[in-house]
Amino acid sequence: MGKLFSKENQEVFCNPLNLNNPIAVQVLGICSALAVTSQLEPAIVMGLSVTVITAFSNVIISLIRKSIPNRIRIIVQLVVVAALVTIVSQILKAFAYDVSVQLSVYVGLIITNCILMGRLEAFAMQNGPWESFLDGIGNGLGYALILVIVGFVRELLGFGTLLGFQIVPDFCYEHGYMNNGMMTMPAMSLIIVGCVIWAHRAYNKEEK
Amino acid sequence: MEHMISLFVRSIFVDNMIFAFFLGMCSYLAVSKTVKTSLGLGIAVTFVLVITVPVNYALQMYVLGPNALVEGVDLTFLAFILFIAVIAAIVQLVEMIVEKFSPSLYAALGIFLPLIAVNCAIMGASLFMQQRVQMDPETSSQAIGSFGDAIAYALGSGIGWLLAIVGLAAIREKMAYADVPKPLQGLGITFITVGLMAMAFMCFSGLNI
Repeated sequence: MGKLFSKENQEVFCNPLNLNNPIAVQVLGICSALAVTSQLEPAIVMGLSVTVITAFSNVIISLIRKSIPNRIRIIVQLVVVAALVTIVSQILKAFAYDVSVQLSVYVGLIITNCILMGRLEAFAMQNGPWESFLDGIGNGLGYALILVIVGFVRELLGFGTLLGFQIVPDFCYEHGYMNNGMMTMPAMSLIIVGCVIWAHRAYNKEEK
Repeated sequence: MEHMISLFVRSIFVDNMIFAFFLGMCSYLAVSKTVKTSLGLGIAVTFVLVITVPVNYALQMYVLGPNALVEGVDLTFLAFILFIAVIAAIVQLVEMIVEKFSPSLYAALGIFLPLIAVNCAIMGASLFMQQRVQMDPETSSQAIGSFGDAIAYALGSGIGWLLAIVGLAAIREKMAYADVPKPLQGLGITFITVGLMAMAFMCFSGLNI
């Protein structure tokens, strides 16, 4: 067991959460991050789906990495990812139909999410299955973290609710508080992500 | 014909790939440093879109759709794998053509040419097409009812993407001289710029053609 949770493996898992965050630092997987975050619930579902798919595609590719011919590796990776995404999409349709309608094409677009291809190319092709699994979970959660932050801000300010429950009390509305309709528009998600990156960089520079 | 033109204009301005759906963001942010390379990438994306969307449209209509291939069989769940295979094959083809006829563009695009295969704009256009074939062309101006519609939609989306990336590249070239706070420089300010551009594009959303 000691080897499974050695120092290097801890770093593999923790780095993507903060110092090497896929969205804020590696700039991967932006498209879906922006489009699904107008409310908290789809953001969480999306983050979890991506975490699961990244982890398992990393494991599968890492297991077969020695038998993939170098020239056709991208197509092999795409097929593995597409198969996993198909499974997740069918599961979502079966158990969380409302959310899958809300996510619409963005579930399918996990296939072309750069996080997956980036991690497969940069990590899973060189490392063993267990490290790759940790790396996949770490990167997926790092991605989910940003999604949840953006979803939280947008739903709270845009609708006054969180996960569908009302947070802003009624008397605020009676005294003239208004929901910020701008927050529900796609344009604001870009600006919020910009601010998150700003805060992240300012904070990490202080640490060094 | 009218429907095709309206679909074309709508997909450039109203349903803009970048500003309305955030598709193809990764390469959009990474390549938009100079106007010249971004123009090259924009043209490559448009080209790939115009080929892949009609091919995937034919696949959807004659192979995947309900009752298309065999009576009573719905193969829609295979769409992801088939679409991505078509896209990867066509990107490979485009890569070889560009390498042969324009080595300078090939060198400028570098890694981003093969990465068009995983550009969300390409896959996204095919998936939106799959949604839109189910709409009724009589009532909805977004519906794709024929092969021509699919081409018009692909061309419009590609040109919309091209416009967006060239616009951002031009702004970023100017912004190199601006005094931006240190942690905000680079990625952060680019995001905020795109956000402001998206707000500007929102004024097209009431457009009724």
